[in-house]
Amino acid sequence: MIQEFTWLDAIYQLAAFSVLLLVLKKYAFGPIMDMMAKREKHVADQISSAEKNREEAEKYLTEQREAIQEARNEANVIVDNAKKMSNQQASEILDKARKESERLKETALVEINTEKERAVAALREQVATLSVLVASKVIEKELDDQEQERLIQETLREVGGNL
Amino acid sequence: MDQHYPIIHLFDNPNLAVNLSNILMITVSMLIVFLVTFFMSRTIKMYPTGAQNALEFLVQFIKNIISSTMDWEKGKNFVMLALTLILYVFVANMAGIPFELATKADHTVWWRSPTADPILALSLAIMAIALTHIYGVKMKGAKEYGRDYFKPVPFLFPFKLIEEFSNTLTLGMRLFGNIFAKEVLMVLLVSLGTSSLLWGAVSFLPLIVWQGFGIFIGSLQAFIFAMLTMVYMSHKVSEDH
Repeated sequence: MIQEFTWLDAIYQLAAFSVLLLVLKKYAFGPIMDMMAKREKHVADQISSAEKNREEAEKYLTEQREAIQEARNEANVIVDNAKKMSNQQASEILDKARKESERLKETALVEINTEKERAVAALREQVATLSVLVASKVIEKELDDQEQERLIQETLREVGGNL
Repeated sequence: MDQHYPIIHLFDNPNLAVNLSNILMITVSMLIVFLVTFFMSRTIKMYPTGAQNALEFLVQFIKNIISSTMDWEKGKNFVMLALTLILYVFVANMAGIPFELATKADHTVWWRSPTADPILALSLAIMAIALTHIYGVKMKGAKEYGRDYFKPVPFLFPFKLIEEFSNTLTLGMRLFGNIFAKEVLMVLLVSLGTSSLLWGAVSFLPLIVWQGFGIFIGSLQAFIFAMLTMVYMSHKVSEDH
């Protein structure tokens, strides 16, 4: 089993082992472990950034929801206002129209009266002219008092009857 | 079983004996470990493929061993040590399985598992235990390290001392014994099988079985060696005991 105690073998093995350890670290497992650490970090970063993005998205979503609700409320207010205003305007317009018609009616009545008076005045003038005509005719005929009186009355009646 | 080893004496000094077979096998095993891992780790990418996956699996495996015995903050310093130990011991154990080379004339053995040599197995164990002491002093300070020998009660001190030696001895002897037994039985089976045609036919199946078992033993011993080194390391560097 052991011919001789070859302790130099042991020294050689230890030295070679140390060299092997250093060489493996430098050329084989060092880079691999670096990459593993890097990947671990990468994955952790990805997870945390995904988490952050999700939170942000949720925040935006609630914000959007609030904004939509607000817009809806505003729209309702606007529509209500518009309805109120249109009602008001309609009643105003109606009022104005009513007043206008009232005014027009009054003006028309005034005008009618004026026209009527003018017509009466014109008639009166004509009556006077006719009277003068009748008088001249009476004078032409030289009628007696009785006849004259009768004639005047008759003429007057005729005229008054037409009036 | 009259095997010899190619031993030479440096400078003709009888105290400087060197077993050339051991030197050869140490060098070959370490070259295999280095070359295989070197070429497996040439293309390192963020998204691992093929060989990189295998090496990362190994690293993860070692990390699990370490974190099962000690705090990761301290354990991360020993990843490379455990990796080199498990790879070297594994390849060394495997080296003797496919064949064993010896010269025909005087049965001088050249090729076998280097861990089947008690000197190499024990010196590896001594190195591992020595490292645990070195890191124990380095990480906890000499005072705290010395105080650990008197915990939990002072009269256990002699037993603690014995434990250190027995740990070293069992760690090395377990590895040596398993691999040496594997080699011995393999040599026996092979020499039986080559003695005559009939015996060759008879011993073929047991040889296959034994080689399979040898692979199992070799892997297991490599795992146990790395695992126990980490356990002893955690005894020395952990503060909570």
